[in-house]
Amino acid sequence: MAQVERPLSPHIQIYKPQISSVLSILHRMTGVALGVGTLLLTWWLTAAAYGVAAFTHAQGFMASWFGQLLLLGFTFAFFYHLSNGIRHLFWDMGKGFALETMNKTGWLVVIAAFALTALAWVMGYSMGGGT
Amino acid sequence: MSLRTPLGRVRGLGSAKHGLDHWWHQRLTALALIPLGLWLIASFVAQIGNDHDAFKAWLGTPGRSVGMCLFLFAAFYHMKLGLQVVIEDYIHTRWINMTLLIFTTFVCVLLGTASIFAVLKLAFGG
Repeated sequence: MAQVERPLSPHIQIYKPQISSVLSILHRMTGVALGVGTLLLTWWLTAAAYGVAAFTHAQGFMASWFGQLLLLGFTFAFFYHLSNGIRHLFWDMGKGFALETMNKTGWLVVIAAFALTALAWVMGYSMGGGT
Repeated sequence: MSLRTPLGRVRGLGSAKHGLDHWWHQRLTALALIPLGLWLIASFVAQIGNDHDAFKAWLGTPGRSVGMCLFLFAAFYHMKLGLQVVIEDYIHTRWINMTLLIFTTFVCVLLGTASIFAVLKLAFGG
């Protein structure tokens, strides 16, 4: 196809980042990140199916500092994608489109993602994790 | 009277009429993944530090095995649909677009099959 040089409308490098646009792209990024995370999940489950040695190895990796860092990232990605996904489902029903509501639910999603991540990790460590 | 040219009709171009199914299935799996995902995270937290026997015993009950299989099916289906949208939106070179769509679909089916098989093997005591 022949490319014709036409003036372009201002794109993302021109606009100031706003809560709506930042959260929107973050939804996609966390979605893709969780896709990568399924590799870890599949490894964990198949390792358990292979036997004790493979499972111990997988558990050892998850307990290492790098494994913990990955899991922390995936935990946040999960809770963010979950919270913002619920926000999306409300939009699909035609609710919550007022600008003020959008900003409010946006910040709610951010707070919920951090709070739920912290809750999961505090519970994890208090229930015998990190030993 | 149709305004499409005979050639256009022969080539079968235009909407494949699958858009609504894609949209709807993404929402259905999203809805299912709310309780399933929360349950999975809670289970992960509870499984920290467990050895192989304890994990097998935990997952081996019918309810948990079925729950895990449902999560895996919904998650990998949701992932396939989501990655497809991202690829379609950002990759405009036809052959790279097609290659990535085929690759991600195969990966989702592979990981989904492998993980569900692993759950079944653990459940049936292999």
